[in-house]
Formats: sequence, C-alpha cells, structure tokens
Amino acid sequence: MASVAEPIFLDAGEAALVVEFGRAIEPAIHDRVLALDAALSQRALPGVVELVPTIRSLMIHYDPLVIDRAALIDAVRGVSAETVETRPARRWTIPCCYDPTFGEDIAHIAEQLDMTPEHVVALHSGATYRAYMYGFLPGFCYLGGLPQELTVSRRLTIRPPHPTGTIMIGAGMGLITTFAMPTGWWLVGRTPERMFSLDRAQTFLAAVGDEIKFAPIDLATFHALDQRAAAGEVVATMTKLP
Amino acid sequence: MSAALTIIAAGPGVTLQDAGRHGYLRYGVTAAGPMDRLAMATANLAVGAPEGATAIEVSLGGIELTADGVTLPIAVAGGHFDISLDGQRLPSAARLALTPGARLRIRAGADGAWCYVAVGGRIDVAPMLGSNATHTRSALGGIDGRGLAAGDVLPVRDFNACESGVVTLTTPWLARNGEPIRVILGPQDDYFSRAQIETFGREPWKISHRSDRMAYFLDGPPIVPANGLNVVSDGIVMGAIQVLGDGRPAVLMADRQVTGGYPKIATVIGPDLGRLAQLRPGSPVRFAVTTIDDAVAVRRAQRAMLQARIETTPLVRAPNAELLLGSNLISGVSGGD
Repeated sequence: MASVAEPIFLDAGEAALVVEFGRAIEPAIHDRVLALDAALSQRALPGVVELVPTIRSLMIHYDPLVIDRAALIDAVRGVSAETVETRPARRWTIPCCYDPTFGEDIAHIAEQLDMTPEHVVALHSGATYRAYMYGFLPGFCYLGGLPQELTVSRRLTIRPPHPTGTIMIGAGMGLITTFAMPTGWWLVGRTPERMFSLDRAQTFLAAVGDEIKFAPIDLATFHALDQRAAAGEVVATMTKLP
Repeated sequence: MSAALTIIAAGPGVTLQDAGRHGYLRYGVTAAGPMDRLAMATANLAVGAPEGATAIEVSLGGIELTADGVTLPIAVAGGHFDISLDGQRLPSAARLALTPGARLRIRAGADGAWCYVAVGGRIDVAPMLGSNATHTRSALGGIDGRGLAAGDVLPVRDFNACESGVVTLTTPWLARNGEPIRVILGPQDDYFSRAQIETFGREPWKISHRSDRMAYFLDGPPIVPANGLNVVSDGIVMGAIQVLGDGRPAVLMADRQVTGGYPKIATVIGPDLGRLAQLRPGSPVRFAVTTIDDAVAVRRAQRAMLQARIETTPLVRAPNAELLLGSNLISGVSGGD
C-alpha cells in the first residue's frame, strides 16, 4: 500500500476533509477508501466526528477547534502508510423478483442492448456486487460490479415515484431503494427485503464494502417474503466470507 | 404534574429539531438539525437547556401554541419574527413564562426565515436513530417524521421553575448584517474556470423561491462547469454549493442528501450558515472567498460568544415603540434577572 499514489486532500469547508483516492468507479480505489475508513474508525482520533465512505473518497467530518487540518492530514498519512488489508467480510444474498410487474424496464433494456430479457436477468442476477456507498435517502445502497454489458444511459425524463424496494440500474451502477422516489434510473426488479427498517434490531443490513448478490424469486415467493419482512424478519441471507 | 406544549396552529415547515442525527451518514441518513444552529443554541441556553436540546423550528408559516398543566419557561430567538403573547407584542428574542392557556403566537416579521422556540425542560418525544431532528423526506424524527400540526401535544419533562415576566435577550450575534457569506473554495472548484469562479464571487445572487430546508437555490447567471458535470458521487456537507447541469448553484442545507455527484464549487463556512439560512426567498446574497484559518477563527469567536452568559433585560416601560407595546402586557409584572 505504501507504493500507491498519495491521496488528494480536498476541503469541504473548515470542518470536513475529503481524502480522494481517484476519480473513477474502481474496486481498487474503493478498497483504499475502506482501508482508511477502517483504520480511522479504529483509531478514534479526538476531533474526528464522523466518517463517510463513498465510491472514491472518504469524507472526514471534524471539529477544527479540537483537531486542526494539518494534524488531521498527518494522521491520515500515518494510517495510509500502514498496510491495512481490506476485502469484503460478508455477503448478502438479496431476493429479487424480476417479474415484469416490478422489472418494468427489462424489456426496454433488452431492446437497447440487443439481448433477450432473460439474458438481462441472467447478467444482473449472476453478477457479484459491492455496496459502494449509501446516499440520497436512508438505506439507498449504490452497488459497484454491474456487468459492463448492462451499461445503459439514464432516462431522458424523470419517472414518477417507483415502489419501495425497487432494484434499479443506471450510471453504470446498481441501486437498492428504500423509499418511493422519482428516478432517472431503470427498474429491473423489486426486493421484499427492507435495507432500512426502524422496526427491527438491525436497522441497516449491508455495510459499505459488503458483497451483494441477487437471488431471483417469482411473484408468489415475493409476496410470501414481503409479508415476513413486513413483520420484521430479515429475509436476505448473510454469509461470512473466509 | 404533567406538562406539555400544545400546538394550536402551525404553518408548513414547522418542525422539531435538535443537534442533529449523527453517526448514520454512512447509511445515507442526513443529520437534519436546525437551519440556524446559533439561533437554536441561543434560545436553548436562555432557558438553561443544553444548546442542542430539542426545540421547535418555526418557518415563515408561523406557529401558535400554549402550555398545558404548568407554566413553562420559554425562549424565542432567531430572525425578526412577530412574537405576541395573548395579543401583546414581545421582542423577537425573549424569554417568558407561558402559563396554561396563554397563547404564544409567532408570525413572519420584518426579516429572517427561521425562529426557535425552546423550553426550559425536555420535550419528550420518541427519538428515532438517537435524535428528534425532523427529516420529513425520510420520515425521521419529530412526531412520526412529519412537521408539527394543530393538535399536537409535546410532553415536557424535567421542566425548570419559571421566573415570571418577560425579558429581552441581548443577542448581538443574531443581529445579522448584509456582509457577504464567506466560503472556502472546493472541493471541486477545479471543475470551473477562473472566470467562472470570479463570476461566482462577484455576482449579486438572489435566493430562489424554490428554496427549502434541503437547498437554497441561487438565481443569477448560469455557471455551467467548464470541465464537465460528471463527478463520481462523494460526500456532501451542509453549506456545499453544488452547480447543477443548467449552471445553477444551490447551497445544500440541513436536509441535504449525504452524497451526490454534481461539482461543488465552494462551501459556506460553518459560522455563516445560520446567517445564510435566515435570508428569505428573493433576498440578495453575495459570497466572499476566505481561508480555513479565518473560518476557524470565526468559529472560535462564535463559540466564545455562546459560552458567555446571555444578557437579559426586563421588559419595562421605555421610550421605544416595540418595548412600550410589550410593557402594556406585562405592566406590574417584575422582570427576570
């Protein structure tokens, strides 16, 4: 890790520092974000208020009356130089119903990409994703690892709110949603799982850095699992990776 | 004896706020919290509550409320709102004793966009993710994640004894002026040309009517990022000025989303956020670039002001129209300290 390029330090005002490892969506860049996030979380420096891992950078919210910018950068350089091994520790297998009821854009995507709808589903459910970042609203989970073949440009117009739990693709990424929202992305399916719920002990399921897979389910299974999820059960499965 | 604040009427955008919901940004949860942190802290400190205690944030929509059960110490601070108690006008920063049935009415006044009602006690609603800060878009905080409405009852626990009468709060730090809002360039100022950055710093902008707790849009000449719009999403702080595809800047405020992919030309310094928040739609605003060192110095000075005791003046007859109005109400009632 000592041989890789030094991160860039950007200021988001006087109380947040952006440690940027690159400007692309790449697993190797995200690995470094995760490594710094883990190292700083462990170190718990006084004045470091909150860490926000994103696709390519770590945002460090800090209290400049407790730790100044220079001291913070020194601390970041210190931990960056240490070798921190990161790889996904957990895999979440998330049930996803690709039935046209929910995957309403699969036919359009298939036509755009000159493939069958079945192939779109096979590609989407065959891929291994990584939770790259949360954003937009609680539990909205942005996924890296979308197969290149599924790259489509965004909608030209915003679609009215999609249902909660809609699985979407767009901007070369995957997305799991937790609220009904207007969107410029494409709807490929829906999960009965709640990635965010105040009604169970585990408010959020996947952490940034976790591996994500989708397991295709039919409509009947969706409705059965949806009822169980509504009652507070976690219907996705989590496996610890070796 | 149980105590409560009862909401008689509330306009849109009146919410409960506290210091904010912290620790969940990594899961996409916005901190929310007050639009004008300094004003909320002032109101809370004036009634002996911690500066980040749960308080009512009043929008231009206004509010009318009363106390139930017992007389409660209340402080009001923020923009220049029209405050009245049972029809008698009070100064816009004041501490008062709200007796059961008495009506405290707050309406948009001469200027300012937000005003805070703090209580000397603890507003006892069920926290969500450790906070009462309301974020309506994600239905978190306050009462069921929504704004306050007529009929809402806010139980108050551990309330303080109440001094009778009304006192004016001396809060020079809330007397906001028209000085430019200070910003630090970045984190994506390199997406803009030098000329565009100069335009941003020189133009008199106007707060758009499309502004709310999530963002203050700025009306002015478009500054379409010279180096493209495709920023891979990264973190967003309150005060980040992102420039949308049409070249329109928007300052992201308390209810912002936590990550985003538009280039951010500059960031409003923390101590100036409240002053910006108090500007109403249609108001002119200018920005001035400053340094991290200066911003930290202003932050330190602001902290010191809050740590000093807030001076109060009993509201008595005085050759001042506003105070005279108030004294009609409380004549014969002794002031606080």
